[in-house]
Amino acid sequence: MERFESVIELLQLCKRYGGKKSATAVVALDNLSLQVPAGSLYGLLGPNGAGKTTVLRILCTLLAPDSGRVRIGGVDALADPRAVRRLLGYVAQEVAIDKILTGRELLQLQGDLYHLAPAARNRRIDELIELLGMSDWIDRRCGSYSGGMRRRLDLAAGLLHSPQVLVLDEPTVGLDIESRAAIWSVLRHLRDDGTTVLLSSHYLEEVDALADHLAIIEAGKVIAEGAPAALKAALGGDRVTLRVREFSDAVEAERVRSLLHDCAGVLQVVVNRAQGYSLNLVIVDDSVVENLRRQLAAADLPVFALAQSRPSLDDVYLQATGRTLMDAELEVAGSRDPKAERKASM
Amino acid sequence: MTTTISGPQPEASAFAEISQETLALTRRLFVQLQRRPSTLVAGVLQPLIWLVLFGALFAKAPAGLLPGGISYGRFLGAGVIVFTAFSAALNAGLPLMFDREFGFLNRLLVAPLRSRSSIVFASVLYITTLSLVQSLAIMVTAALLGYGWPGGAGLLLVLVTLLLLVFAVTALSLGLAFALPGHIELIAVIFVANLPLLFASTALAPLSFMPSWLGWLAALNPLTFAIEPIRAAYAGQVSLTAVVLEAPYGQLNSVTCLGVLALLAAGLFLLIRPLLDRKLT
Repeated sequence: MERFESVIELLQLCKRYGGKKSATAVVALDNLSLQVPAGSLYGLLGPNGAGKTTVLRILCTLLAPDSGRVRIGGVDALADPRAVRRLLGYVAQEVAIDKILTGRELLQLQGDLYHLAPAARNRRIDELIELLGMSDWIDRRCGSYSGGMRRRLDLAAGLLHSPQVLVLDEPTVGLDIESRAAIWSVLRHLRDDGTTVLLSSHYLEEVDALADHLAIIEAGKVIAEGAPAALKAALGGDRVTLRVREFSDAVEAERVRSLLHDCAGVLQVVVNRAQGYSLNLVIVDDSVVENLRRQLAAADLPVFALAQSRPSLDDVYLQATGRTLMDAELEVAGSRDPKAERKASM
Repeated sequence: MTTTISGPQPEASAFAEISQETLALTRRLFVQLQRRPSTLVAGVLQPLIWLVLFGALFAKAPAGLLPGGISYGRFLGAGVIVFTAFSAALNAGLPLMFDREFGFLNRLLVAPLRSRSSIVFASVLYITTLSLVQSLAIMVTAALLGYGWPGGAGLLLVLVTLLLLVFAVTALSLGLAFALPGHIELIAVIFVANLPLLFASTALAPLSFMPSWLGWLAALNPLTFAIEPIRAAYAGQVSLTAVVLEAPYGQLNSVTCLGVLALLAAGLFLLIRPLLDRKLT
């Protein structure tokens, strides 16, 4: 068996919020185990409320799990949190800055908290200003910064002490395209230089574009894990989205479904009501598409749109959970109490 | 334990690291003060208003009413100095609580601080300095109003007393900022503690004015232990072993008072230490 060097090892973590009473308690982590290979760019993917932030807060020693083990760089994070803090850079989801300080002053403060020598600290700050393109505004007060500027400053703060492991919680939520691209490029460079980067995201395309490994988390558990390409390849087949008309109805969609269901090379047909009764098919390979067109023509059905694609991460997600990520988001959105969560995260 | 870590430089001395942390955190507090000076302006004005208004309120008290036959204004100075420092220290937890609520505190908590006591030390340094500035303003004003001047030895005594009191109360307030759920609760505690501790002390009136139950309370109140040595200095008394208060349980001198404050500071600091390392869930 190939054994990779894992820099982060989480073993059977359990965590519940909301006190002892089981009626009100929320299970955030349910026996979650995870291994992050050294030097990888690792993505934690899952809908809001899946437990991603809880995992990251436990990693960063901000939170203690109810049970389970946490080892980072071979160090037991629960027994020796300070050693872990030296290894780790953390970029939180909600960027907290002191509005009255300038960006540079904030970085200097942070550098002192990591015990950098003043000269080395200032050199490193200049490097990061250069790397993240902050020179135009770093000496202005943080209160005037935009979301993208704050996020870059926070990334710089997390990188000040050149950590072996960088942990980012939803690093590009709500950012403009330019800032997002800048952050992506920095993360890729870090990985290439040997830093292990762990990021959480509920953007499929972000994880797909960045991560060499990923874990899908749902309801406090890891439900799929591996390299994005391997996960997609493991699903097999191609995806076809078919619309016979721009807007079909249930009856017609059902008729098309039963027609194509028995077609050679079609593995699966699902009616997608949310998308105007379009049909989602899984087919064996390219050659099936021509066959589909012939069948439709023979039944005198038009084709408004027919799109073919390789399996995406969303398909991986769908396969693992039985629903798309977006459906999961919508479901969760209605059942959360943001106030209570904010309080719990303080 | 830390065998497999590669990279980080060997650890510097604990003292060097704690000083670096403490100074960085103190610098932040002073930069905030410098760019938002309203705290300082209000902090200097308020005790002066106390001094002038309260001094005038009892200006016509019969001569000889107060112990040693001093005027009320002269009596009041020490009380206002101590109460001002006490209030500032009691509020020390508020900025920390807001840091916690806004998430800024997480920066401190994920950093490998050699000791989270640095957070306490930084606040103590900041508030003691601020209190000294306020105290100087009070003393100068008191001198101008003809209430006297404590002298060089007196100034040193003020410094030591305030440092001990500020350390004790700041530690308590920061501990509460870690322990209480949010700023509403912290403000409630500050509100309930602040004025009652003032009235149940010898800041505004001597023990001889009080019914015996209140006299007992005042004689046990930490504020009294800070007020009386300073008041004695104002009365021109420089001996640390001379009696400064006739408490119901016995006589107190300045050494005893300062000793009690030092014990209180050490005790509260040890008491809140575990709270600083608490995981905030």
